[in-house]
Amino acid sequence: MTKVLVHIELEGEGLAGVSFQLLAAARRIAGPEGSVEALLIAADPTPLLPSLGAAERVFTLSGERAGDYLPELHLQAMAEATRRTRPDVVLTAYSSAGLDLAAATAAACDLSLIAYCQSAERVEAGLRVSSQLYGGRLLAQSEVAFPAVLSVMPGAYDEAAGRLAGSPEQSDLADSLQLPEPRMRVIEVIAPDGGGIDITKAESLVCVGRGIGDADSIAEAEELAGLLGAEIAGSRPVIDAGWLPKARQVGKSGMKVKPKLYLCLGVSGAPEHLEGMSDAEFIVAVNKDSAAPIFEVAHLGTTCDLFDLLPALAEGLKSRPGQ
Amino acid sequence: MHIAVILRLVPDLSDELDLSEDGKSIDREWVGITLNEFDEQSLEEAVLLKEASDAKVTALALAGEGVERMLQGALARGADAAVMLEGEGEDHLDSRAAAPIFAEAIRTCGADLVLTGVQTIEDLFGQLAPYLGSLLDWPHVSAVSGVALDQGHIVVRQEYSGGRQARIEVALPAVIGVQTASRPPRYVSASKLKEAMLSGRLTAQAAAATPLPNRAEVLGLAPPDRSAGATMIGDDPDEAAAAILEALSARGLLAG
Ligand SMILES: Cc1cc2nc3c(=O)[nH]c(=O)nc-3n(C[C@H](O)[C@H](O)[C@H](O)COP(=O)(O)OP(=O)(O)OC[C@H]3O[C@@H](n4cnc5c(N)ncnc54)[C@H](O)[C@@H]3O)c2cc1C
Ligand SMILES: Nc1ncnc2c1ncn2[C@@H]1O[C@H](COP(=O)(O)O)[C@@H](O)[C@H]1O
Repeated sequence: MTKVLVHIELEGEGLAGVSFQLLAAARRIAGPEGSVEALLIAADPTPLLPSLGAAERVFTLSGERAGDYLPELHLQAMAEATRRTRPDVVLTAYSSAGLDLAAATAAACDLSLIAYCQSAERVEAGLRVSSQLYGGRLLAQSEVAFPAVLSVMPGAYDEAAGRLAGSPEQSDLADSLQLPEPRMRVIEVIAPDGGGIDITKAESLVCVGRGIGDADSIAEAEELAGLLGAEIAGSRPVIDAGWLPKARQVGKSGMKVKPKLYLCLGVSGAPEHLEGMSDAEFIVAVNKDSAAPIFEVAHLGTTCDLFDLLPALAEGLKSRPGQ
Repeated sequence: MHIAVILRLVPDLSDELDLSEDGKSIDREWVGITLNEFDEQSLEEAVLLKEASDAKVTALALAGEGVERMLQGALARGADAAVMLEGEGEDHLDSRAAAPIFAEAIRTCGADLVLTGVQTIEDLFGQLAPYLGSLLDWPHVSAVSGVALDQGHIVVRQEYSGGRQARIEVALPAVIGVQTASRPPRYVSASKLKEAMLSGRLTAQAAAATPLPNRAEVLGLAPPDRSAGATMIGDDPDEAAAAILEALSARGLLAG
């Protein structure tokens, strides 16, 4: 009988969508005979329990320090839940919390680990796992024996399949967990400051990636955005370089967008970028490298140099009848 | 304060990624290598911390092709010392396998803050920073975009999805997985690099440690299925522009 333990994340007051994806993965891995358990750390877990019907049992930790995500507390709780229930598989999301917890739990509890998991199937005494590596350029097939941690890519499993109502049994971890002297504390949680910009509301987006080369070239992409009635957005390296404000970042650590048109220039299509835009209705990708993963999710693609395409597009738009 | 920065070379994604004969790994013989971009960010953050305090910065790397040059680059950028860790095998070590070796080196060098990149593009068996946190039993935070010193401890900014962030105070010693430095990495001049090469501040040191067993095995690497991907419209700019505008127009995506 396979036992799976899932780390649950919060988003604002509620449960994070990715956690339901993990519960769906857990049910699938556990199979009809197996069991699913979850770990929920929240100021007040009780009202959230009925949404965790995909699990038979939920370990909880509550109280003042449990309110905001605190890496060391989650790690201590993960290790304690793992020791108490001895799962075959521990699931974490490929998220900021998951980055903190997956390998740290594996090392603390002597578990094997496979990261960036896209799918997993049961084999003899373990799992066969498919993972995204090298910025999405290669898929790795691997096999891991139980007990193991899997760090799962957001979007890999169907959220609806994990969103089941129910009344799981609750086990308070505080009964057994001896918390050591705290070594970290949350000073403040900072809400995103869009400064009046909300790219999630835009019908069309022109997104520039590192291929845009420098800050000055952004203006040319902005001109195109203007002609298309689109907002400008950027991949993470463009934001990190200070070429566009953070509110315009698309991806895992930026905004999730679903515009009618997403035109991207010089974006390679790393999984962390795709996480924020792959649901866009019509995706046009411009990238010199025909092997760039962005072409896997785009509808229309060209390998022409973005600096040759930009003027051609601008000219074409300006010379349209009625302009 | 003594900051250890761990640097790793990774395959350059602007190169073609050829596979080894058994199909289970990248053919490292031929692929271009580059400093892991997140390690570069962590090096910059360490140097910024040094400039804001009297911290010492030591760059650590496992020995291998191109590593000497990479460490000299780190010295040129502001690290005070660079240590190349020489193990037994010649093989590339993944982050899980490398973690115990780095943990040992950090204990011996006496660092009280470890900065390294939040991930590499090939961390199939997990990321380095959280492994180090557990192995050293030091507090650990990843996905960090800014580290500041504050009276004997550090304050880090951790990022979450949707642009949310938290400021977290962490006691030293600690391990931080850096995503982005507080400022973009600086440019290093050729003269600084030459100076670093002649400085003698790069040393080598034997390294060994008990590995963390991993009952996992790679069966094979392969490019993803591209069959459902984009319709490609060629690379002539005028033709591509015309095709794009036609497609947008047909979908009613052109204003006016
Ligand atoms: C925890 C975590 C969170 C992250 N969050 C995000 C996120 O929210 N958003 C995000 O975007 N990334 C995020 N990343 C980073 C992500 O892994 C990639 O590094 C990033 O998306 C790469 O950005 P890019 O495509 O612009 O750059 P690159 O990968 O460097 O790609 C540049 C592309 O431009 C092409 N190019 C260059 N010149 C030209 C030209 N003249 N014409 C046409 N094409 C050209 C190249 O072929 C290349 O494919 C995150 C990473 C981590 C670890
Ligand atoms: N400032 C630096 N810090 C760290 N590594 C560097 C730096 N500059 C160059 N390198 C590395 O040194 C090697 C040669 O770089 P270059 O001098 O640009 O040809 C490459 O692997 C670079 O990634």
